[in-house]
Amino acid sequence: MLFYYFKRFGVLIPTFLGVTVASFAFIRLLPGDPVLLMAGERGLTPERHAELLKQFGFDRPLWEQYLDYFLGIFQGDLGNSLVTKKPVLDEFFTLFPATLELSLCAIIFAMAFGISAGVVAAVKRGTWFDQSLMGTALIGYSMPIFWWGLLLIILFSGTLHWTPVSGRISLIYFFPQVTGFMLIDSLLSGQKGAFSSALSHLILPTIVLGTIPLAVIARQTRSAMLEVLGEDYVRTARAKGLPPRRVVGLHALRNALIPVITTIGLQVGVLLAGAILTETIFSWPGIGKWMVDSIFRRDYPSVQGGLLLIALIVMIVNLIVDLLYGLVNPKIRHTGG
Amino acid sequence: MTDTVAAAPEIDTRKTGRLALLSEFWAYFSENRGAVIGLWFFAFICLIAIFAGLIAPYSATEQFRDALLVPPVWQEGGSWNFVLGTDPVGRDMLSRLIYGSRYSLFVGIIVVSLALVVGITVGLFAGFMGGMIDAIIMRIMDIILSFPSLLLALALVAILGPSLINAMIAIAIVQQPHYVRLTRAAVLTERSKDYVTAARVAGVRPIRLMFHTILPNCLAPLIVQAALSFSTAILDAAALGFLGMGAQPPTPEWGTMLAEAREFILRAWWVVTLPGIAILLTVLAINLMGDGLRDALDPKLRRS
Repeated sequence: MLFYYFKRFGVLIPTFLGVTVASFAFIRLLPGDPVLLMAGERGLTPERHAELLKQFGFDRPLWEQYLDYFLGIFQGDLGNSLVTKKPVLDEFFTLFPATLELSLCAIIFAMAFGISAGVVAAVKRGTWFDQSLMGTALIGYSMPIFWWGLLLIILFSGTLHWTPVSGRISLIYFFPQVTGFMLIDSLLSGQKGAFSSALSHLILPTIVLGTIPLAVIARQTRSAMLEVLGEDYVRTARAKGLPPRRVVGLHALRNALIPVITTIGLQVGVLLAGAILTETIFSWPGIGKWMVDSIFRRDYPSVQGGLLLIALIVMIVNLIVDLLYGLVNPKIRHTGG
Repeated sequence: MTDTVAAAPEIDTRKTGRLALLSEFWAYFSENRGAVIGLWFFAFICLIAIFAGLIAPYSATEQFRDALLVPPVWQEGGSWNFVLGTDPVGRDMLSRLIYGSRYSLFVGIIVVSLALVVGITVGLFAGFMGGMIDAIIMRIMDIILSFPSLLLALALVAILGPSLINAMIAIAIVQQPHYVRLTRAAVLTERSKDYVTAARVAGVRPIRLMFHTILPNCLAPLIVQAALSFSTAILDAAALGFLGMGAQPPTPEWGTMLAEAREFILRAWWVVTLPGIAILLTVLAINLMGDGLRDALDPKLRRS
């Protein structure tokens, strides 16, 4: 077991180093003069150019620059945004709660509907109900979510006027950010209507971001359940005369969920990629929209820092999923992976 | 499956073997009704793409200044001149959608071929060499996989410059680690089998051993993955187009069309809805086919 953990960490270190190199290389791979890009000044004199070159540290050898960057990471220094001049790390963590809140809601939404749809489809295997559920799941899986978001806006915001079009909360509410989660903060503020405003802003983005994970989870749950339902211990439980609900809910589902957990863990990357599109459509002030804006504004330190931090998050979540998997799956636990 | 092989022992196994394999594959594939529908629809889109010049009523970029935002024919104000209506600058939606199919299929084909060729070569190499080279290659793949695919593609396009070609290159780079991993895993299980050892002992050179002896036996998961990444490539290219980082206007790429139409969503539903439906149906058809391929090629699932 310990060996498995060590091995898993051992793999992580070179990957982390590689990610730092990749994000470091990013800004240097950009076509054109990095000084001109970073300074954003036109018609530089050679003297000013040299001065800026020195200021940004581009005159030093590459390995020295990398070392600086690498050590900076451990001191929480990812450079400053070219646009706001604020540290990239601060920018990232001011916006991150918005993405986290949206992603958590989306994954909860996806799990709630995905797992139940998968279980029902597996139990009713081969019926029209199963087929239509899985057909719907495949449509969800094939969905261009940026278009899906626009459709929902047309229907619920444009035609029915049920939900707002963009943002996290109506502008009339103002309260201090305690947790960064609008749902919690709006409750804490005690202002009337703030919570429902936050909730109504959250619904459409949650559906849009959760659609693909929902479809993936439903499909995975169904096939895992089908496999488990054919096992001997399920037959035994049935033969003992346990009520079907108990056999499915307790005996089968618990074991079927092991591969599903891995699938859910793998959805984190999907969620973060989806957040780029979802946040852009709904003007959701999170890191996805911030990354897109940074790319368009050519705010390269932000892009570089954002890439590194997002990759770190994905790596950490994957690690946690692997460790959890090791905990719940005795095969890995005993053989040492 | 084992029955047929056992029942026909020493009669010209080679030719009938292949034909039998193919017909067996088709038998499994056609069992899945969705897969067959997907295949027909995909063939239909391919035909549209090939004969776009003949089918489309107008060119994709021709502007009718007196017919801006004309609704589709079944809606009030629509006309038979523009069956699916026109966009904000008076271009015929139907023609643009028809020409757009070319871009989506093109993206899918190029991305999958690029990712497949590079991924298989690197994966074979890693699995076959083992040791240090394998470890380094796999760590590089881990690094690529640590970035959410769309974000990495977006950043790569920022480096390369926004265009459809660069978007395809970026998406191919993002996708090839999956092929590397699959190929390597398959090679590792095949490498120690007797037929490989036999070939090696018989003096088969490494390159031939890799591509001719081992590779054909690793193809099933790769084909399934290729179908899967064909649809992902179309979605990602459309997403990049939507974000303004893929094909550039006035290219009638479906994602780019959506991006151009965004500000009109509350006034003219058709400019937003139709390109999305085109993307959805194409991707859905490919995914249906992919499911059928998986069922037909994966013996593990076949038994269940």
